[in-house]
Amino acid sequence: MKELICITCPMGCHLSVDRDELGNMKVTGNRCIRGEQYAREEVLNPKRVVTFTCAALLPENYSSAAESEIVPRVPVRTTNAFPKEMISELLCVLRKQSIRLPVMCGDIVIKDALGTGIDVIVTRTITLP
Amino acid sequence: MAAAIELDSRGNSVLVLDREESLGGILMQCIHNGFGLIEFDEELTGPEFAQRFEEKVYARNIQVLLKTTVLDIREDDKHKVIYAVSAKKGMMRIEARAIVLAMGCRERNRGNIRIPGARPAGIYTAGLAQRLVNIEGYIPGKDVAIIGSGDIGLIMARRMSWSGCKVHAVIEILPYPSGLTRNIVQCLNDFNIPLYLSHMVTNIYGKDRVEGIEIAPIEAGALMSEKAFRIACDTVLLSVGLVPENELSRDAGIEIHPATNGPWVDSMLMTTMPGVFACGNVLHVHDLVDYVVEEARRAGANAAAWLSGYRAEREIRVKSGSNIRYIMPMRVNPERENRLYMRALVVKNDARLDVRLDGTEVKSRKLAHVQPSEMLSLTLKPEDLAAARRDSTLEIALV
Repeated sequence: MKELICITCPMGCHLSVDRDELGNMKVTGNRCIRGEQYAREEVLNPKRVVTFTCAALLPENYSSAAESEIVPRVPVRTTNAFPKEMISELLCVLRKQSIRLPVMCGDIVIKDALGTGIDVIVTRTITLP
Repeated sequence: MAAAIELDSRGNSVLVLDREESLGGILMQCIHNGFGLIEFDEELTGPEFAQRFEEKVYARNIQVLLKTTVLDIREDDKHKVIYAVSAKKGMMRIEARAIVLAMGCRERNRGNIRIPGARPAGIYTAGLAQRLVNIEGYIPGKDVAIIGSGDIGLIMARRMSWSGCKVHAVIEILPYPSGLTRNIVQCLNDFNIPLYLSHMVTNIYGKDRVEGIEIAPIEAGALMSEKAFRIACDTVLLSVGLVPENELSRDAGIEIHPATNGPWVDSMLMTTMPGVFACGNVLHVHDLVDYVVEEARRAGANAAAWLSGYRAEREIRVKSGSNIRYIMPMRVNPERENRLYMRALVVKNDARLDVRLDGTEVKSRKLAHVQPSEMLSLTLKPEDLAAARRDSTLEIALV
């Protein structure tokens, strides 16, 4: 039996996962269907949404007195929960990634990151003054 | 923003004043996900959540003044008067019939919790470090110890780990964590960061830069100095609670409630200055932005109702019973539906929320698990309060 705490929402349900001889899983303690899904995934293939900020790049030949007011970091996230064992590899990519301004919330930064089918998207619209 | 949208949608002319460069407040530096599960039934990041409201504010042509600091709120015969300054417009005098306070809260710092030791560089509040990393793009240090297990501290433990830093410990003085359970799981357990419960920081070492901290366990209420040990680190982050930012309210003569550190409010979320309402973290510290939005909407709707002449005919007193730290608001209106937020004093399984009007049970709710870090909510309908008299008291306890 494995004890887990559901992190799908702030309720934080205390789950327990039982496996019978055939390997079938039984989840108890969840208050909604998402809890059961979480428990199954957490045991078989743990995943997390990754959020990060990347360096903002100004457009070429851009010059403005308001340059100092431009946000230096662009927040990004993965569109879905990302396989846990590949997160450090993804972070290495994101640390080197820079993003050219302006950007719209939802713009794709990396398509199909590390072949997972999950994209990395911008989470804040940043326009230039 | 939610209060402004609500007021605007009810035909009022609204102005939003904010000292930051953009709307959204603290959400802009909270780049992690987990916002909006109640509001949008989606898991969004802070900036995404803020942007949804920002778009509505601009679509409605609500006036917004950014990089503007409010200095003073006063009351003259007919109006409330706001004095504000900005680099662009200079000094402003703004007249309003009603004001909604939504200034948020501030972090407790080292001085507030009196940690002894040296005063080297490298000691930050968690929220400041969050701003440095997420917005300014600076890493405050490499080897981190986090004092306090508040949510921002936990989120920063993960953020610093993802940025290539080593988080050596999270130290909590209480026997239970003060952040949400989900954050303990995904921010500490995922990175094998040790959480020292019932431990206190007894010293900070370092001359120019932090070199380490000394911590000691608390057993049966006593500090065990002989069991103290040292953790080497170059950075200390403090996540030791939030305090509503009420300098403006206090200066205006608004009464502050000692349990919440926010304004005293009636069933309409109106402060002791008639026509001045409060919502969000300036009223009491919330753990979910979704609750802030719900409360802000309610404050906006109440302010609109007040402006069109609605007054509560009678209000009854709300009293915190056993195991309840505070209940918000401090009055309920027996003629309307009342939404109450409250915070427990204890960690408890299979608890029951016991609502009594003058000693008679009017409502009871089973709760599988309660803890101080997770706010409780309750809705009381007019029929629950049908027996209320003018001098009735509503008492809510956790049993």
